[in-house]
Amino acid sequence: MIEIRDLHKSFGDLLVLKGIDLDVENGEVLSVIGASGSGKSTLLYCINGLEKIQQGKILVDGIDVHGKDTNLNEVRQNLGMVFQQWNSFPHLTVLENVALSPRIVRKFSREQALEIAEKQLRHVGLGDKLSNYPSALSGGQQQRLAIARALAMEPNYMLFDEATSALDPELVGEVLDTMQLLAEEGMTMICVTHEMSFARGVSDRVAFFHQGVIDEIRPPEELFESPESVHLQKFLSKVK
Amino acid sequence: MQPTETFFSGFAPHDLWFLGEAALRTLWLSLLAISIGSMIGVVFGWLLSVSRIGGGFVLSPLLDIFRSVPLIIQLVLFYNFAPIIGLRLDAFDAGLIVLIVYTSANVAYVARGGIEAVSQPMRRAARSLGMTYWQDMRYVVWPIGLRAVFPAWVGVALGVMKDSALVSVLGYVELLKASQILITRTQETILILAIAGAFYFALSYPISLYAAHLEDRWNQ
Amino acid sequence: MDYNFHWRPVFKALPDLLQAALLTLEVAAISMILGVLIGLGLSLIRIHMKGPVMWLASIWVELARNTPALLQLFFFGFGLGAFGIHFSPYLIVLMGLTFNNAGYLAENFRGGFGAVPDTQIRAARSLGMTAFQTYTRIVIPQVLRIVYYPMTNQMVWAVLMSSLGMLVGFRELSGETQFFASRTFRIFEYFAVTAVIYYIIVKIILGASRLLAMRLFRY
Repeated sequence: MIEIRDLHKSFGDLLVLKGIDLDVENGEVLSVIGASGSGKSTLLYCINGLEKIQQGKILVDGIDVHGKDTNLNEVRQNLGMVFQQWNSFPHLTVLENVALSPRIVRKFSREQALEIAEKQLRHVGLGDKLSNYPSALSGGQQQRLAIARALAMEPNYMLFDEATSALDPELVGEVLDTMQLLAEEGMTMICVTHEMSFARGVSDRVAFFHQGVIDEIRPPEELFESPESVHLQKFLSKVK
Repeated sequence: MQPTETFFSGFAPHDLWFLGEAALRTLWLSLLAISIGSMIGVVFGWLLSVSRIGGGFVLSPLLDIFRSVPLIIQLVLFYNFAPIIGLRLDAFDAGLIVLIVYTSANVAYVARGGIEAVSQPMRRAARSLGMTYWQDMRYVVWPIGLRAVFPAWVGVALGVMKDSALVSVLGYVELLKASQILITRTQETILILAIAGAFYFALSYPISLYAAHLEDRWNQ
Repeated sequence: MDYNFHWRPVFKALPDLLQAALLTLEVAAISMILGVLIGLGLSLIRIHMKGPVMWLASIWVELARNTPALLQLFFFGFGLGAFGIHFSPYLIVLMGLTFNNAGYLAENFRGGFGAVPDTQIRAARSLGMTAFQTYTRIVIPQVLRIVYYPMTNQMVWAVLMSSLGMLVGFRELSGETQFFASRTFRIFEYFAVTAVIYYIIVKIILGASRLLAMRLFRY
């Protein structure tokens, strides 16, 4: 499980996260919503150790992510991350994109790595694109490639940072379907998202971020039907 | 008794004048070559961009020669070829002519790049406003293309300025040749090389820095 | 025009000239390999380091780019000679070209590193790759593609610059030509043939580079 205690994060003078407390149980799907600039993406970067924190603690399976003796590269293998910009590696084929890190990070043999990669690519529906280069893929396909690439590390957790917001509207569906598939398979997920239908339909709980704090966190039907916070009411009236 | 003293003598203040004059000759030679060569080069570049047959198949391979043969070979060749066809040229004239041709060949490709950097829709828009071909060239292609390739042109110009040192092989006493002469006489090798280097550097570095600064600003 | 062209002695010397052309290619290629390695190092130092080491790297780059190549060659020739350090003409040219290549390539590499988005690095790190793995597997292959054409140009430049060897007594193609020409006074004929050889070498380099690019960069 992921345990976050009193997390503070600032960029220079700008305080972005002002004391976050959050537990994510194994198998849970948590959606994080809120206006842009409310700190939701930063939270994911902190969990992954891509950003340093100023105060507080983040434990992933009991390991202190920001501890002095923590091997971040090991922690990250356990935390798959999918970015808004899909970031496929342009110089590698689809198959190589996915097989690279199992081979060089998890030290699998070439054959094993390719096998894992192919399995994950079929899983996300890219089995017929193995030898293509990413430039030949649509944005939606590249984003599914990014998901397969993260899954190939066989992580216990998946972090999605606005995985669909850079996509053309007609490509959003295929990525959300893939995310839903993972959720149904029992993957523990934290999804920063602007897709309210996804947050409502797929997640177990929804957290609303407002100015660096979790303003409200509840199961989706309660949160969307009877929002308590004034800020959340305002936010929901805008996105509807 | 020290017989070498009559032959070698130390670096004296008036030697600085000698170097300064030579530096002026380097400057003058470069300025002429860059300005004349650039004007011809722009015309060549325009020809390259408008004519597939004349530009692409005739002019381009011809200009390409001057970018594919070492400048020093071009200088030696032309200097020795001129008398054969009855031209009486001194080292400055021969060097200047070769540098002009060399500059124009390099500027031609830069200029073509500039013209091609202006998109067709933009040019069609200009023509649709009733501009003539030359008005489109003057008010649309020139300012936009110039921005696109100005840094590249500065690179060519500074290259020519540095390459003008090669005219010394024809015996023309520009800065580098003057330095060599002084080094032979004074044996103050490092000092004189440093002075000559400092001159080129002082000219080239600020200009390239300024060009990079302009490029950054235009890219924003 | 009462000049009689004499081409026969030049053609007789052709085998020697071609032999010298190989030397030209050799010194240019070695200076390029060294230049790429050093240039890569210089650019990384300039991007990631501060203080004296960074200044030294910057001084190298700026001196190489802002002074004549011939002056650089003179420095490695009689400049170091003044300190009692003497090198063979071959080494003088090799060091001069390497110094120059490294400076120009460092600047190309710096642009190349700048052109690889930070998000690529983040993605690689999020997969658990170390900083070193990220550089060697993700960043550098992409940089190499970006700087491939500038690198090809620099290789052409290295060949052309090596002709300065004739001014420091190195008998590469130009030096060898000079040697023959000064014995026979058929300066024009010899240098005309040499010009053709340079032209062909440059075309071969550009053609080979294009073929290689087709194999290397299929994306």
